[in-house]
Amino acid sequence: MQNYNSSNIKTLEFDALIIGGGGSGMRTSLELAKSGLKTAVVSKVFPTRSHTVSAQGGITCAIASEDPNDDWRWHMYDTVKGSDYIGDQDAIEYMCSEGPKAVFELEHMGLPFSRFENGRIYQRPFGGQSKDFGRGGQAARTCAAADRTGHALLHTLYQNNIKEGSNFLNEWFAVDLVLNQLKEVTGVIAFSIESGEVAYLKSQATVMATGGAGRIYSSTTNALINTGDGLGMALRAGFPAQDMEMWQFHPTGIYGAGSLVTEGCRGEGGYLVNADGERFMERYAPNAKDLAGRDVVARSMVLEILEGRGCGEKKDHVFLKLDHLGSDVLNAKLPGICELSRTFAGVDPIYNPIPVVPTCHYMMGGTPTNIHGQAFTQSKGADEIISGLFSVGEAACVSVHGANRLGGNSLLDLVVFGRAAGIHIQEALKTGGGVKDADSDDVNQALEGLNKINSSNDGFEVAEVKRELQSVMQNYFGVFRRGDYMEKGVSALSEIREKVSNLHLKDKSMAFNTSRVEALELQNLFEVAEATAIASFQRTESRGAHARDDFKDRDDENWLCHSLYDPIQKTLSKRDVNFSPIQVDTFEPKVRTY
Amino acid sequence: MIDVNIYRYNPETDKFPYTQTYTIKKPEKDIMLLELLNILKEQDSSISYRRSCREGVCGSDGMNINGKNGLACITPISQAIKKNKIELRPLPGLPVIRDLVVDMTEFYAQYDKIKPFLQNETQPPAQERLQSPADRDKLDGLYECILCACCSTSCPSFWWNPDKFVGPAALLQAYRFIADSRDTKTAERLEGLSDPFSVYRCHGIMNCVNVCPKDLNPNHAIGEIKSMLLSNKKKENIIVSDGLG
Repeated sequence: MQNYNSSNIKTLEFDALIIGGGGSGMRTSLELAKSGLKTAVVSKVFPTRSHTVSAQGGITCAIASEDPNDDWRWHMYDTVKGSDYIGDQDAIEYMCSEGPKAVFELEHMGLPFSRFENGRIYQRPFGGQSKDFGRGGQAARTCAAADRTGHALLHTLYQNNIKEGSNFLNEWFAVDLVLNQLKEVTGVIAFSIESGEVAYLKSQATVMATGGAGRIYSSTTNALINTGDGLGMALRAGFPAQDMEMWQFHPTGIYGAGSLVTEGCRGEGGYLVNADGERFMERYAPNAKDLAGRDVVARSMVLEILEGRGCGEKKDHVFLKLDHLGSDVLNAKLPGICELSRTFAGVDPIYNPIPVVPTCHYMMGGTPTNIHGQAFTQSKGADEIISGLFSVGEAACVSVHGANRLGGNSLLDLVVFGRAAGIHIQEALKTGGGVKDADSDDVNQALEGLNKINSSNDGFEVAEVKRELQSVMQNYFGVFRRGDYMEKGVSALSEIREKVSNLHLKDKSMAFNTSRVEALELQNLFEVAEATAIASFQRTESRGAHARDDFKDRDDENWLCHSLYDPIQKTLSKRDVNFSPIQVDTFEPKVRTY
Repeated sequence: MIDVNIYRYNPETDKFPYTQTYTIKKPEKDIMLLELLNILKEQDSSISYRRSCREGVCGSDGMNINGKNGLACITPISQAIKKNKIELRPLPGLPVIRDLVVDMTEFYAQYDKIKPFLQNETQPPAQERLQSPADRDKLDGLYECILCACCSTSCPSFWWNPDKFVGPAALLQAYRFIADSRDTKTAERLEGLSDPFSVYRCHGIMNCVNVCPKDLNPNHAIGEIKSMLLSNKKKENIIVSDGLG
């Protein structure tokens, strides 16, 4: 198999390159398409196959439709509280205040939102939502297109990218970042999955919009493609990742299959029951009940199961009851859920409850960025922008979700920060911001990983190593965590690293070789898993989604901060949380109850 | 034991496509066909197919299953096994890139052709454009399309004229925008479809309806477009009179 170097591959030049064709990537590209800059979206799948398509319940935003008095500050309060106070308040403020503009833009683009009788966008209640800074009871702030909001949003964005003439490199896989001698990012090495052709995609701005990496766990709501490719590339290049211990376990994944069942089910009036038929969330969250934060609900479910009140033969799940809502409501508001439940649980929710279990769903951590999507690292304790590198969406940690994301905030994150990055890149490039060229050695260095896997003659099986990795993460870094277990997990991972570095790619063919893609994806998964493991082990407190049996309490004195994982030293440092919003007063940390 | 017969073709090594038979133990659980393919791929990593969401919403894994198009990820093997056999072939009518992967360029080109985006040149309000629930209901059964191409590649008219006949998937989307009360380009959209090929090559064979994994009905949408073209009336009149509301 040919060894690639800078002189035998093509170079394609762009002003801006977006890696990933999901919601955040296509919102960025849409902004840039209007700018006249030469832009390309590099997506390993045709854009409408991206995981945004699976988002169901909606996009949370204070557009004051359900409640004309709704206020983005209330949304901000909920989000800060939901984050267990390590969400950055400047970023949360930006998202919540800019949100309505971004949502109305989507509507103007054609997104088929469901409607209220008065013709305005339909909004439903979601977990962790309140009116009047927690004093006014449950809010209904999640804008929805039935229970297919992600599908509607992703297709609308793709359609408008067609309208604006965006340039797509579909079914291209980005392998590694190219860095020049100043450690600026000058683009990526990528290959066409269809033809196998390798190219250096050179760019002044490289935006990682590569989504999450839920496939580090064996049980996940995430698509098979969610392998943390952007984060993997950034970590291999030596750039840090923030808050990687913070993984959201969604309370309602379909038992056995992992498919997501939207929180909107509970927003519409559904609730969880244990084997005794008891609505147990009333005990754990007397006010919000089933609409408490996702971390709270997921832990309550696991406790019910651990205490022997789980459902089914193995007593290892609980039920989500919807039948009392009636077929009219279910067919109108939750048609996709009915379909998924029939297909994957063999249950028609109109008559019977859906078996559900907390399932890995969302990566709150990621590449640290500011609100313009600019990625940064730290030097002597101070943030330092990485020239040329941007990150948006789930791949990024801006951080609006902190230690626990609220439902419906991910879609808002995508469009608000995708748009913000697009605006920033346009302005920056027009005023001459850019990066120096990489030389041929730099390009050759970025080709090393690909060359290595292409030249493997023996080594470890991708599928086997992946299973091993996923079971380590599932067993040692799940909903509840313990130091001694995690220590075992960390050392198991260091053994797996050997295997991941020595994978055997049997099929060396060029045309649509998905086994090459899967091998490279596994390497990305591993980087993300290792960051997760080390960060989880070292954060010695419980906060948001990170719940430790050996450190049960939140420790604001020591851990009211981000964690920053250094992939070279494999160490964790602390980074300040932003408590300085511009338009409102700081929301001070409080005890978090629902 | 079951035989899984898979269409194989690698352009680098194969002059002609062939069928490879994988004989495996029938899984105890009734898993989805995609999971079965994943098991086979662990044995033979060279098998190529597309997949992403594994829950029937992304449209990646459309393929021809025992002669009928469908999504592997939501087809239980209990449905797919016929006489202890499963036949898997790529979607028909499009060029094969490799194994079960087809070149969808022509399919997407037809989608682009119908201008699949809302057109409304009036100044948008500061908030959302209002739409009544009744008007919004007209989009149900249309917007849910996942572009899996199961319908268009089961359509003999599309096989015959993939460059000129828009095909059921893109026509469904054409109607999705015609039916949208917020879109103001109905006349132009209809004009763009008025040639002898774009719509009129649909002869109501109904394969599209028969195979759609999302239970959508492109044939109905095409019928609406045809009747609008024939009556050549303004959008408002038609929408009121077509009994959709």
